[in-house]
Amino acid sequence: MTLGTVADWLGAVSLIAGALLSLAAAIGVLRFPDTLSRMHAATKPQVLGVLLLLLGVGFRLRSPADLGMVVLIGIFQLATAPVAAQMIGRAAYRAGRVDRRLLDADELADR
Amino acid sequence: MTAPGAVPPDRRTRFGRWRDQMIAYGWLVLAWNLFWGEFTWGNLLGGLLIAAVVLLFFPLPPVTFHGRLRLWGVLAFGSRFVVELVRASAHVARIAVQPGFTPRSAIIAVRLRVPTDLNLALTAEALSLVPGTLIVEVDRDAGILYVHVLDVRGPAALAASREQIRDLEQRIVAAVGSDDELRLVRTGTVAKEPP
Repeated sequence: MTLGTVADWLGAVSLIAGALLSLAAAIGVLRFPDTLSRMHAATKPQVLGVLLLLLGVGFRLRSPADLGMVVLIGIFQLATAPVAAQMIGRAAYRAGRVDRRLLDADELADR
Repeated sequence: MTAPGAVPPDRRTRFGRWRDQMIAYGWLVLAWNLFWGEFTWGNLLGGLLIAAVVLLFFPLPPVTFHGRLRLWGVLAFGSRFVVELVRASAHVARIAVQPGFTPRSAIIAVRLRVPTDLNLALTAEALSLVPGTLIVEVDRDAGILYVHVLDVRGPAALAASREQIRDLEQRIVAAVGSDDELRLVRTGTVAKEPP
């Protein structure tokens, strides 16, 4: 087995794992009860899903130019996804779109 | 590199500002070349030009880096971050597909021990990607993060989340903080004013 075959297999596994995580993220966004909970699904499994897809793509392409691009996409994904989720979550909270029956504590309300 | 105490304060801040700008400039030029996929003289020139325009027309608020990079701290933070990201993803994915399960949640306030802009931003970013927590609101003046916790099971879980966030802050400070900040975090006191 050559190194290229190993990389191809690793790439295939990463692509499938990333796709499954993205699917789970989509189901979470659909099923969770309120906006803030949905943002959890839109950050963690979503970010890891994209990173795994990028890893898979990197294993398949294996050229320095593409790898540079892949690394850049990964960094921007890590940096921007939490910010986007925070902006949406904050807007939802300020607009009162929070289901208080599902909250055990709300220390932001006491402020 | 000279010791920070050796330079007079006003010269140090001006030098610090200039140094921050140059670092940002370097990163922008590098990113531009990576976007094009190859390093050529044309891309280098284009990058220098575009980066200058970006820095001139979209100036960022000065976030000066007072700490220092600790290799072990960065490695410890990075490896733990990957593990936690995988755990967080598995956790959210599991409760997303669990039939008939409605997760309960809570919003807690956590006061950071090192209330600098850089530490607030890094901790807020990182904790959105580790298990159970998501940033909702930031009180920049008081250094307080308001955190949404998903899948809460009782008051003990809330205390655990609080502890987890403080551990995360400590790992970040151990990676990029100054010696004073690290001492502050290690001794575990909540200081109103850092010395």
